[in-house]
Amino acid sequence: MNGREDARAGGRVGMWLFIATEIILFGGLFLLYSMYRLKNPADFHAGSLELNRVLGTLNTVILLTSSLTVACAIAALGNGRPKQSALFVVATIACAFGFLTVKAFEWTAKFHHGLYPNAKVLLSLSKGENLFFGLYYMMTGLHAVHVLVGIGVLSVMLIRVLRGAITPANPVYLVNSGLYWHLVDIIWIFLFPLFYLIT
Amino acid sequence: MPEHAPDIREYVPYFAYKGKYPGVLGWLFATDHKRIGILYLVSIMTFFFIAVGIGVLMRINMLPGLAIFTPQQYNAAFTLHGIIMIFLVVIPAVPTIFGNFFLPILIGGRDMIFPRLNLFTWYLFITGALLAMVSIFFGGGAVDTGWTFYVPFSLKTTVNVPLAVFAVFILGMSSILTGINIVTTTHQLRAPGMGFFKMPLSVWGFYATAWVQILATPIIGITMLLVVMERLFGIGVFDPSKGGDPLLYQHLFWIYSHPAVYIMILPAMGVISDIFPVFSRKNIYGYKMIAFSSIAIASVGSLVWGHHMYVSGQSDTAGIIFSFLTFLVAVPSAIKVFNWLATMYKGSIQVEPPFLFALSFVFLFSIGGLTGLFLGALSPNVQLHNTYFVVGHFHYVIFGGMGFGLFAAFHYWFPKMTGRMYNKPFSVVSWLILFVGFNMFYFPMFIMGWQGMPRRYYNYLPQFTDLHRIASIGSFIMVAGLVLMAANLIRAVFTGAKAPANPWGGATLEWTLPSPPGPEDFEEIPVITRGPYEFDKKEVSV
Repeated sequence: MNGREDARAGGRVGMWLFIATEIILFGGLFLLYSMYRLKNPADFHAGSLELNRVLGTLNTVILLTSSLTVACAIAALGNGRPKQSALFVVATIACAFGFLTVKAFEWTAKFHHGLYPNAKVLLSLSKGENLFFGLYYMMTGLHAVHVLVGIGVLSVMLIRVLRGAITPANPVYLVNSGLYWHLVDIIWIFLFPLFYLIT
Repeated sequence: MPEHAPDIREYVPYFAYKGKYPGVLGWLFATDHKRIGILYLVSIMTFFFIAVGIGVLMRINMLPGLAIFTPQQYNAAFTLHGIIMIFLVVIPAVPTIFGNFFLPILIGGRDMIFPRLNLFTWYLFITGALLAMVSIFFGGGAVDTGWTFYVPFSLKTTVNVPLAVFAVFILGMSSILTGINIVTTTHQLRAPGMGFFKMPLSVWGFYATAWVQILATPIIGITMLLVVMERLFGIGVFDPSKGGDPLLYQHLFWIYSHPAVYIMILPAMGVISDIFPVFSRKNIYGYKMIAFSSIAIASVGSLVWGHHMYVSGQSDTAGIIFSFLTFLVAVPSAIKVFNWLATMYKGSIQVEPPFLFALSFVFLFSIGGLTGLFLGALSPNVQLHNTYFVVGHFHYVIFGGMGFGLFAAFHYWFPKMTGRMYNKPFSVVSWLILFVGFNMFYFPMFIMGWQGMPRRYYNYLPQFTDLHRIASIGSFIMVAGLVLMAANLIRAVFTGAKAPANPWGGATLEWTLPSPPGPEDFEEIPVITRGPYEFDKKEVSV
């Protein structure tokens, strides 16, 4: 049985390894995306025109802001201000909910237009567009699941910071949660241009 | 202080101490790496014998006039046999049983670095296993796709594919977390003086394997998720009618599943590298080459997946590159084999049961590896693809290699894990039966495959009758050997003679501990001053 010291030292290493696995998990999807886009460039262009760039940009701004707030939360804790840190965590969680809300509106609108897998409208379109929307739902959906998990993790961190269980001397849980949140952010930074901005 | 160690000065075996939780709960909530290793051992061996049972039923089915299965049941049987063996036994067995139990001890630590995460992986493993079992009985019945779940058939078949592939996803998570634990532990918890080149080669095996677990498993994870999404929502990425490309499924599947072969074999090779020097009473030949060859196999082996797809319609250029890389992997594998053999040269060889298993490992693995080169070459593959030759090849590698490595590890570490010694003559007899049965079972498959007997077929042409009969009888002999071996070990757990701390005269750290180790392993963290295979001159004469 280790002392807690060892686990702390290893916590960072373990988290980076975990993040590598997450990137590879999405990597499989990016691989599929690359292949299908290579084969169907015109259809992917047509598909991306259906997406709402304003909402996509808004969501990008929201997520980038949340990455800033979570970094501030870690910095505030390091400066010995747990209350301030907790406020930044709350701001991050709020951004996460904001992101999901916008996402929900986008998905609902697509559903109304019949642009979802197995819908008659989508099936009547080209195969490339079917692939585009299949990947769109899969990739943004998996990303949204990660946002949900992030909300859960950050909420636990909020409680632990407020209770004093995470201290400037032992910030590894908060730092790791921050790393995870940056991962969620960076995946979106790749999803956004691939789906919304390509022409 | 850790909660489960009341007093480390007073020696109590790791399985007998009174912890925070009483009785069975003390095991189910155990964070002690040794107890988690035993949890894995019991569950994995249970699955192993279930899958062996299914295998025997299939062999009975192949005897003339004994068709006990309907064709659909036969499809389900080979699928289940494959899923259970691959995902529940062969991939996890050595890293989770022996990695958990011995990795921390071998590097002079007291536990894995994330003990609670370690226990969590076992629960994920059990959850995945239960989901796989449940999928047999609900939602259309047992999967009939083969363990590869190839699309488009797995999208069309009416059986319960989504639950089965989701089970594989969960098992993948368990495997990833175990890998993270092993890599981090190896980096962070080595005792003072335990440099990377002072580590036993089994640790190198666990370590290289863990990297493959971390880097390759997420790909099968996403692939299985995509199949679930295809089945539930029809997202179309693998469905040709919606523009999806089944070939991409095969790529994604093998990007994981070929490296998975190295997840299976590398830790077993590591254990074998520990066993050879001990029973040759001689330092290992070419320590660094064996260590580096583990890394080489892990890295090059991750780039050869396309050799499963020569006849799938991938480009010839891709086929040539994959074939070349496949031949390249044979080099580090051969380095290991030659180094094991060279270790024996002028050694003082003691033929104990673990050594017999290790020797047969080398023999069987060499046959498996060399027939792999037949399959890795482009033109013979066209003839041999999806024949019994492939079945023979991978059973020689996986069962003859990894399986015999696992049995070698059992016999080698059994006295340390249980504190008792098994009946040696009895285990030699069971080894012999197992070895003879194994070859009688799988060798005819090479001949049948060469002559064109396709794998996964429910029936066969009359000219294959004799060879099928030989194989089936061989399988019964082999299973008899397995049962004898297991009975001998289980009996020894309860009634075996007390084992000394170092029954084989090994020089690695686990033999410095009492048999079985106490809950804290080391009373004091050792300082490492000598290599893992520098044997005491005194012990040589024992």
